[in-house]
Amino acid sequence: MSTENSSELGSELDHHQSDDHHAHDHKPHGITRWLFTTNHKDIGTLYLLFSLLMLFTGGILAMMIRAELFQPGLQFVDPHFFNQLTTVHGLVMVFGAVMPAFVGLANWMIPLMIGAPDMALPRMNNWSFWILPFAFTILLSTFFMEGGAPAAGWTFYAPLSTTYSSDSTAFFVFSVHLMGISSIMGAMNVIVTIFNMRAPGMKWMKLPLFVWTWLITAFLLIAVMPVLAGVVTMVLTDKYFGTSFFDAAGGGDPVMFQHIFWFFGHPEVYIMILPAFGIVSSIIPTFARKPLFGYESMVIATASIAFLSFIVWAHHMFTTGMPVAAELFFMYATMLIAVPTGVKVFNWVATMWRGSMTFEVPMMFALAFIVLFTIGGLSGLMLAIVPADFQYHDTYFVVAHFHYVLVTGAVFGIISGVYYWIPKWTGVMYSEKIGQFHFWCSIVSVNMLFFPMHFVGLAGMPRRIPDYALQFADMNAFISIGGLLFGLSQLIFVWMVVRCMRRKGKKASSQVWEGAQGLEWEIPSPAPYHTFQTPPHVK
Amino acid sequence: MKYCLSSLRYFYMHSARYALAIFLLACINPLLAEDAKYNMTRGVTDISGQVYDLHMIIFYICCAIAAIVFGLMFWSILHHRKAKGATPAQFHGSLKIEIIWTAIPVVILVAMAIPASKTLIAMEDASEADITVLITGSQWKWHYKYLDYPIEFYSLLATPRDAINNQAEKTDLYLRDVDKPLVLPTGKKIRFLVTADDVIHSWWVPAFAVKKDANPGFINETWTKVDKPGIYRGQCAELCGKDHAFMPVVVDVRSPEDFDLWVAQELERQAQEKAAEAARGNMTMDELMAQGQKIYETHCAACHQISGEGLPGVIPALKGSVMATTDIPAHIQIVVNGKAGTAMQAYGKQLTNSELAAVITYERNAWGNNTGELVQAADVAAVKGGE
Amino acid sequence: MVSHRTLMRKLILICIAMFAFGYALVPLYDVFCEITGINGKTSNQPATTRAKVDESRAIKVEFLANRDSSIPWGFSPEMTDISLHPGQIKVVNFIVENPTDEAMVGRAVPSVSPGEAAKYFIKIECFCFTEQPLDAHERRAMPVQFYIDPKLPAHFTTITLSYRLYKNTPQVVGR
Repeated sequence: MSTENSSELGSELDHHQSDDHHAHDHKPHGITRWLFTTNHKDIGTLYLLFSLLMLFTGGILAMMIRAELFQPGLQFVDPHFFNQLTTVHGLVMVFGAVMPAFVGLANWMIPLMIGAPDMALPRMNNWSFWILPFAFTILLSTFFMEGGAPAAGWTFYAPLSTTYSSDSTAFFVFSVHLMGISSIMGAMNVIVTIFNMRAPGMKWMKLPLFVWTWLITAFLLIAVMPVLAGVVTMVLTDKYFGTSFFDAAGGGDPVMFQHIFWFFGHPEVYIMILPAFGIVSSIIPTFARKPLFGYESMVIATASIAFLSFIVWAHHMFTTGMPVAAELFFMYATMLIAVPTGVKVFNWVATMWRGSMTFEVPMMFALAFIVLFTIGGLSGLMLAIVPADFQYHDTYFVVAHFHYVLVTGAVFGIISGVYYWIPKWTGVMYSEKIGQFHFWCSIVSVNMLFFPMHFVGLAGMPRRIPDYALQFADMNAFISIGGLLFGLSQLIFVWMVVRCMRRKGKKASSQVWEGAQGLEWEIPSPAPYHTFQTPPHVK
Repeated sequence: MKYCLSSLRYFYMHSARYALAIFLLACINPLLAEDAKYNMTRGVTDISGQVYDLHMIIFYICCAIAAIVFGLMFWSILHHRKAKGATPAQFHGSLKIEIIWTAIPVVILVAMAIPASKTLIAMEDASEADITVLITGSQWKWHYKYLDYPIEFYSLLATPRDAINNQAEKTDLYLRDVDKPLVLPTGKKIRFLVTADDVIHSWWVPAFAVKKDANPGFINETWTKVDKPGIYRGQCAELCGKDHAFMPVVVDVRSPEDFDLWVAQELERQAQEKAAEAARGNMTMDELMAQGQKIYETHCAACHQISGEGLPGVIPALKGSVMATTDIPAHIQIVVNGKAGTAMQAYGKQLTNSELAAVITYERNAWGNNTGELVQAADVAAVKGGE
Repeated sequence: MVSHRTLMRKLILICIAMFAFGYALVPLYDVFCEITGINGKTSNQPATTRAKVDESRAIKVEFLANRDSSIPWGFSPEMTDISLHPGQIKVVNFIVENPTDEAMVGRAVPSVSPGEAAKYFIKIECFCFTEQPLDAHERRAMPVQFYIDPKLPAHFTTITLSYRLYKNTPQVVGR
């Protein structure tokens, strides 16, 4: 099979790597290596490290939010700044942490999983990444401008974001355009790579599920990021160039903003979870030592979720004053999305069932994902019921829901992927002790942080408020402590990553995990700088 | 011996699980019992009761689904582990089972959708109302106008800024009280027309299960019919700028007789105030300063601060400012008409001429501005009439 | 296998199409709302057709007048509500007053509630179709001539017509 070729290649390169000054060394050095790299592994690393930095940036903003919410009254920040904190926290986490992390994992793993030497368009790949630090510098710099950073929420509803916003709006729009261009280019690269560069024998229905979920995600990205670009441009022209898309005075309609935004926004949240589904679908079979249950069904379910994601957008808008017929349609469509999602959860459990499981850290995070994401999904089902949604909408119940699906869902999925693949990337096993410590600290603190939010929302606490009535005080104090602990727990993760990057740990084999299957486990660990230069033959 | 130990361990593991389950159930009840502190309220209308019931049913269904799925997962984790010597089965698909676990959720969802649809259709039918109230949200207060009586007024947060800034005690009604609540009768169908003056707000009273966005330039309608008299509190439920957290909703629902009495009293009070306003001659400096300070603290201090220092770069200071110490007509003009393109609202609609005169006088003399100038209601009327 | 370039071309086309679609959603939304009336916007064009009067039903129409803080005018309906049969044509006046020393132009934007009733609210003449200039200290009655389409579904018994008056600035484009 391919083993002969790759291990030959691998051993040649292993030999080279140990001698930096060997004439045949392919790996460049220094800052220029990272600025100009077109290597999918380097670019994957850049994306992942950038996203880790953004996770902590967004996390610090969250800590400031939770510090203010620790007690009733305004202690640390004024309300306008608080609105900037919640807005930028959302933007940074969505566009700076979660999405780039998934792109980083795609860059590292998709070529390896399909037996390709690199991504289809390596130079565009480099640009896709380097736009991001530029975009986020612009966004974060708005904190220091007069009037402050954008403060209308990451959803920037008009006219709060148009007529009633500060001049940071222009920078915010520019920054979002850059992020969009980065995402679109990345998505196109993924599609062309998967379509055109699969090794011979790597048929569609042999693709690892991570590749399938990323393929579908990439199509979602090119479909909806341009719509975001459009709506954000409309905000810009409404504010500065005299258009009235969202201004009733000029014949426009602020609710139209919400329709267009959420037409992007809903597929966006599926963009932020489908790759995590793919990661979990890689990890569970490995550690259960059993093939993924219902492979075809998983592919169809993912495609169904993607398709349905286009017709549910108005479930974010049930209180805007829609006619009953529309409310009913969106309620039914939203409830329907629970079906393929449920199917996926059942398939994972069936994969575990009568397997032979071990519980290394990637498996722990993947199992936690299944449980906690399901809780998030169930609260989503509750939100779909329109009459009840009238009581949940814009309260902490919604905040609880989306943090469960995004933090214990997407972020835990990413973390489990990192633990799973870092031995392949670095050649060393992470420390199981540090990993387990990180896991247990995270799982306890994340639930301290987000679970009570369900209750404080049911009790009537709205979202996006810096101060609240006294009956919400106890829960908020508890939640804030959970937040602090959760933030601190992620430092353990950084410790683990740094150790691995410094090659401290037990040497990893090619196979790494006993139950692992796939082309990526047939090359050495660490993966050589160039892999699959000759395509392997897939049986 | 080995059997004893292993069965002991079995018992221990299982009893630990039962203990955990009992503990969780014990937590759940106080959290989720009806009218528990941390559950949705059943409320005081027929609709709110239906909503509460829907919420609880869906919640129990979700709990059941979670219990089954997680139960299976945890069973599997405990028994299908390599450490226990389990060998992995090799099955990896079953069309029959996929169909079953697709069909069963669909059936459950349809069962959920039927009562939900019924309640929703009822909630969105505002026809045949007895009383209509026009609710207008603006930054950061509510305005109520009864269409059946000539009564309208603004409703602002009653919590003093000092309490928010931790310089005074917070009472039980911290952030939940207003100066003038909306008063309604029990047993009558009340139609609400909801709109906004500036950005999107949202009018929400949990006890009625009424939440409707207030969109600027458009009107939405919703309704309620309250069974029980009492005071019901809600909040703005759509981010509307910096004081989104500081514009509560308070509805005082009274028996129809008490409501009619209130209407009569309100009309009487309005008439008296109008007469007093018309009869009022010039006010003294002390009167202007006393009233002005109160108005300033309710309406202006949120942005300009009690100290008059504003927020540098965002909200201009009044202390030592050109506006508050030089041209009087310009000062009156900006308070009455606001400043387009900024957060400074037009207070000409919200405050009477005397109130405007008082607050402008206060601004011109407080914080060491000390102009010694008085502004009277007539001066304000002059600016309003002849810009 | 299609070459990288060809596939990229197709994907870029999809991107551009979706960007255009985002903008196309604007007129699409308007068309959809006009057909269904769901956002309460009424037509900007005077109606030319008439309908047969349906004496079996009475509809209550309420009138609301709001003024935006950008325009310091007085604005109120002559009457707060009226009862009429579908098909019956009525005229209602709105009184507008400019109390200031300068001439100004205003523009009224209508909104109907319930939104679904908007497409049955047929205006033959409306001051909201055009901008309204007023001289200093001028006071005028501005008419709305309308009828309710008899096809109005039976469950609607009260319709509210609300106008919001804005100052006519470059942003207040004719729609």
